[in-house]
Amino acid sequence: MPVATLREAIEEHVHDGDMVALEGFTHLIPFAAGHEIIRQRRRHLHLVRMTPDLLYDQMIGAGCADHLTFSWGGNPGVGSAHRVREAIEKSWPQPLQVHEHSHAGMAAAYVAGASRLPFGLLRGYFGTDLATVNPDIRSVACPYTGEQIATVPPLNPDVTILHAQKADLEGNVLMSGIVGAQKEAALAAKRLVVTVEEIVERLDAPMNSVVLPAWVVSAVACVPGGAWPSYARGYYARDNAFCIAWDEISRDRERFAAWIERYVYGTRNHREFVQALRADGVSL
Amino acid sequence: MMTVTAARMLWDRAVCFVGIGLPSAAANLARLLKAPDIVLIYESGTIGTRPNVLPLSIGDGELADTATCVVPLPEIFAYWLQAGRVDLGFLGAAQVDRFGNLNSTVIGPYDRPQTRLPGAGGAPEIALHAKQVYVIIKQSPRTFVPSLDFVSSAGFLGGNGERARRGAPGRGPQAIITDYGLMRPDPTTDEFVLVARYEHVTVAAAVAACGWPLRTGAAVEVIAPPTLEELEALRELHARTRAAHAVRVKLPI
Repeated sequence: MPVATLREAIEEHVHDGDMVALEGFTHLIPFAAGHEIIRQRRRHLHLVRMTPDLLYDQMIGAGCADHLTFSWGGNPGVGSAHRVREAIEKSWPQPLQVHEHSHAGMAAAYVAGASRLPFGLLRGYFGTDLATVNPDIRSVACPYTGEQIATVPPLNPDVTILHAQKADLEGNVLMSGIVGAQKEAALAAKRLVVTVEEIVERLDAPMNSVVLPAWVVSAVACVPGGAWPSYARGYYARDNAFCIAWDEISRDRERFAAWIERYVYGTRNHREFVQALRADGVSL
Repeated sequence: MMTVTAARMLWDRAVCFVGIGLPSAAANLARLLKAPDIVLIYESGTIGTRPNVLPLSIGDGELADTATCVVPLPEIFAYWLQAGRVDLGFLGAAQVDRFGNLNSTVIGPYDRPQTRLPGAGGAPEIALHAKQVYVIIKQSPRTFVPSLDFVSSAGFLGGNGERARRGAPGRGPQAIITDYGLMRPDPTTDEFVLVARYEHVTVAAAVAACGWPLRTGAAVEVIAPPTLEELEALRELHARTRAAHAVRVKLPI
């Protein structure tokens, strides 16, 4: 039975220096799990994520990471991820080594990782400078036509962390809606931790939906609201107002540090995190 | 005006791969006004989406809930974009050069950035594989530059047919829509030239707001001002969007 508390799951499966992918493309982003990693003061992580947005802004600003593999990093529709920017531009709170891709390249790298292939391939990176700054982007001649095709090395994180709608009592996980590259990231990883909105007796998953069977899941934790301020389709919507407000909170080092201190270090779990926000007048 | 101009250039049943911001606003305005069967694809995997309000992020629930289908990310890039199923890619950027190459990665040197931008995301492969690309970007000498700090997405590369010679499947950027008017590529040199301007803009002003010596087409047309219908539809769309983005979320705990 892989069902655990989030604290136990992170303690057991996320270690200093690990390559960690918290995936979720705008939808189902495992924020509560990221906060628990901050709380447990993990260091020197190599964070992997196609879209390092608010969550990696928080984790990088809190000093958890010194490597970042990504393909787009910002606050979607709002602007910069200020903490990621400051880490890259000013090495604050510490230097951040970046390994940059396009979305298509990174998706191919997850597919290769999940398939245990030596590289992923795509017709991509045409005419761009990305291959100049990222030596991992190379090419191979097609054995049938001779065409040069771009290649990327596989991504095989030590641990992938996801948020999903449901798990059953055995630990089988079901997700639906925008599912990004989560299944690939899950199956590419050595360990898989999933937080869910609820644990049900039976999944009753529609055939062909995205189900991660319990035997590939290292731990499941029930964390309702664990994707906030992203969303969980069927449970709650994306908190666009908070994402807009984050721009101001994250712009200033001290204001950011105070936010992390009050809501992440100052709380013991996600429930207390939500209570602290509510106590300060954030409508949730 | 940019949004309306771009919306007018879209056509019904076009398969359109859309970025967030101005491209998304223009594509949805076109869908509401004149192209009810336009197929909008966002890189979050939502195909044939018909959002009632503009999404703030590329993966808002509104996009999934109103889509014909929702597919995983590796699939949207491989089976749909790379396979050549997209008629039109619609991109923004921080910088553009005279050959329609785009920078959305960094201002200044990559290793010591003056301003680190979000990065390329889906754009390099949209720019490569879409049958054609429209670029929508506000014009100033800082954005329309002689030389990009970083090439995130390829336009015509060095021009004079280089893109086609190097075997790019898509035809590349066919229009740059700005807040001064419209640029199109010269069919021989691939250099973007001013072909149309807004009524209130002079050619001299458009040239002055461009960081390369902007040439003009044989005749610079005047773009008709927005109609009442266009303006009302756009205002209503933005008003609905503002209201939706201000709604507070209720967590189930």
